[in-house]
Amino acid sequence: MSRPILSVALAGLLLAGCSAPLRGTGDLGLVVERADGRVMVVENTGSTVLASVPGLGDLSHAAAVYSRDARHAFVFGRDGGLTKVDMLTGTIGGRVIQSGNSIGGAISQDGSLVAVANYTPGGIKVFDAKTLEPVADIPAIGADGKASKVIGIADLPGRRFIYSLYDSGEIWIADLTDPAKPAVRKFTNIGKLPYDALITGDGRWYLAGLFGEDGIAMLDLWNLDKGVTRILDHYGKGKEPLPVFKMPHLRGWAVAGNEVWLPAIGHHQVLVVDKTTWTEKARVDVAGQPVFAMARPDGRQVWVNFAVPNYNVVQVIDVPSKTVVKTIEPGKAILHMEFTAKGERVWLSARDSDKVVVYDTETLEQVAELPAAKPSGIFFTSRAHRTGL
Amino acid sequence: MALRVSLGVIGLVLAVAFPAVAEPSEARRHQLRNMVEQDCGSCHGMTRKGGLGSPLLAEDLAKVSAEGLVETILEGRPGTPMPPWKSILSRDDAAWIVAYLLGEVK
Repeated sequence: MSRPILSVALAGLLLAGCSAPLRGTGDLGLVVERADGRVMVVENTGSTVLASVPGLGDLSHAAAVYSRDARHAFVFGRDGGLTKVDMLTGTIGGRVIQSGNSIGGAISQDGSLVAVANYTPGGIKVFDAKTLEPVADIPAIGADGKASKVIGIADLPGRRFIYSLYDSGEIWIADLTDPAKPAVRKFTNIGKLPYDALITGDGRWYLAGLFGEDGIAMLDLWNLDKGVTRILDHYGKGKEPLPVFKMPHLRGWAVAGNEVWLPAIGHHQVLVVDKTTWTEKARVDVAGQPVFAMARPDGRQVWVNFAVPNYNVVQVIDVPSKTVVKTIEPGKAILHMEFTAKGERVWLSARDSDKVVVYDTETLEQVAELPAAKPSGIFFTSRAHRTGL
Repeated sequence: MALRVSLGVIGLVLAVAFPAVAEPSEARRHQLRNMVEQDCGSCHGMTRKGGLGSPLLAEDLAKVSAEGLVETILEGRPGTPMPPWKSILSRDDAAWIVAYLLGEVK
């Protein structure tokens, strides 16, 4: 109990002193304390808290991306707040309320632009990563003439961002090579209610999960003229679905080798898709409705957490045998998981236990625990150098 | 099952007419408050200003009937991500949540 407090005090001294020893940021990260509008700066070498940063607004749904030098985090809050956090000083380096309601964001390949995906008013807003000055505002008016919520935003090579329009069922690519004149390429009629999307780590495939119908809309970013194709037409709720108590999250970390691991919707299963043929090759039964299916960085394991009421357990799947090798109970209401850069440890946020728990991914045993107030998202700086994260 | 449903309906009537009668226990109310803030908050926002789901502010909810809101919680809204919560919440729970969102109970 005294250790984290001591660490905070020590970090405070280190951060405050002008003769502070030099430090890298490669092992740092943020833990969102969602109910208090606060983030903790943590380090994952010794699993300690370095600083606590308040004043980030409504973080009931929050996400973060990192500057290319991994010095700053850009935190996207539910209330439309975009906050730049200095990871070394543990202070806010800038903050704008850029919309009424946002869902997430992305940083451009060259690190110069930060784009935020908004619900209200629907669209994206783009900011200068250094100054947070507004650069572009691209409303999402669908082919139906109505404003749409934007979801599933990711960075593409070149100063481009890809995202989906939830209400009108479209995928847009905004090219900000000339930020004063953004060029938008639109793909319409992709399917009903895309609720989240993932881009593979190589930046080639963009997959948008459809809530309004079975199937996934896929775009081959190396062959845009081919347009959107539909894969896994049975993917989705299918027959006799269970109620979906929390929207599943897709995202590029679910790619393990030649397989994409996806949470099923309305079923207690994780789907395994062959990335060369884009067909389903297996289903793994799990303990509840999956929210995140995340591959350990080496692709050997997939860790799965679940929607309420099964969110007190986490399951570890062995990828080669496609079997659940362990069911763990790290705490109450496990909302998120984040692997260290090379995957030897995973951090889990246990919202209703008010703690973050760290597991060794080889022994599958707990190795550390940090008190945190209603923790949700955990974001390590290793994301700085990955497309789509 | 039929007995449970009809009891539930009576519970609803009681809850609407006399909110105190069918009020869940304090322990359950504690769970429900947490659920509203955290689980409902994931889609509707912890400040209830909306997100993927519609706003749940008292001023928004006052425009529709309390009975309709109870139904929406229990049965969901087909065609939208709002799921039916009846496997987790009883009718009394749902009626209490509606009263809580409307600011009628704490």
